[in-house]
Amino acid sequence: MATEVIAGVEVPVNEEGFLVDPSVWNREIAEEIARREGIPELTEVHWKIIEFCRASASENGAAPTLREITTGTGISTKELFSLFPKGPAKKVAKIAGLGKPEGCV
Amino acid sequence: MAEETRKMAFICSKGDLDMAYPALIMGWAALGNGIDVTIFFTFWGLDLITKKRINRLELSPVGNTSMKMSMMGFPTGNLGIPNWMAILPGMTAFTTWFMKKKIAEVGAPPVSEYIQMLADAGAKLYGCKMTVDMMGLSENDFVDGVEAVVTAGDFMDMTEGAQIIFI
Repeated sequence: MATEVIAGVEVPVNEEGFLVDPSVWNREIAEEIARREGIPELTEVHWKIIEFCRASASENGAAPTLREITTGTGISTKELFSLFPKGPAKKVAKIAGLGKPEGCV
Repeated sequence: MAEETRKMAFICSKGDLDMAYPALIMGWAALGNGIDVTIFFTFWGLDLITKKRINRLELSPVGNTSMKMSMMGFPTGNLGIPNWMAILPGMTAFTTWFMKKKIAEVGAPPVSEYIQMLADAGAKLYGCKMTVDMMGLSENDFVDGVEAVVTAGDFMDMTEGAQIIFI
């Protein structure tokens, strides 16, 4: 299993750079991954979404889909795409230390 | 970071309820993966963005060899809906209702909501000029989110380098 040093911690990652174990995740890791994904700073709204995704994943066993995020957080599709440009569902999942979202909607 | 963004373009030519979904689902998945999406609605596909038609898309059981009675929970194996039964009044309404129920069961939204989601997520939606002229429509007949009515040639210009999927 490949590992990567993120925010000073060596963590196991898969071939696409997603954390393999969500429990090794912390806020510094999230900030570091976000920067690598082109989001320089995580705002309060970003955190709200990240926390929703982590809670949803621990309950359902997989990162939520785009529509699950918008309906679950009340954040609009437009806003979600501007907060996490270029593929929000995958991007949030990565930043939140989760696997890729499963499901099509 | 300098890598080029992947582009996909869908051509929607069908207005049946079941044929509306492939481009909506794949387009949405593409946007979720950071891919640029363009959708061109032509011929019956224009129903997917026409205000009067968008919530009234239907699925007919007539000549439909894929819809089996077992879908409705009958233990009838591969037996289709008999053609004589499919032509009865109300059967199209029934199969449409049934398909909408199946679609809702997997968490997929109705077509109008999907089109709005795609537009909000940055998909570029265009109506086909020739069909618009042929059907006597105008830009006012389309739902919000449709950018413009364009010609086939315009579509070719806009989709240079894109992967094109015809539905």
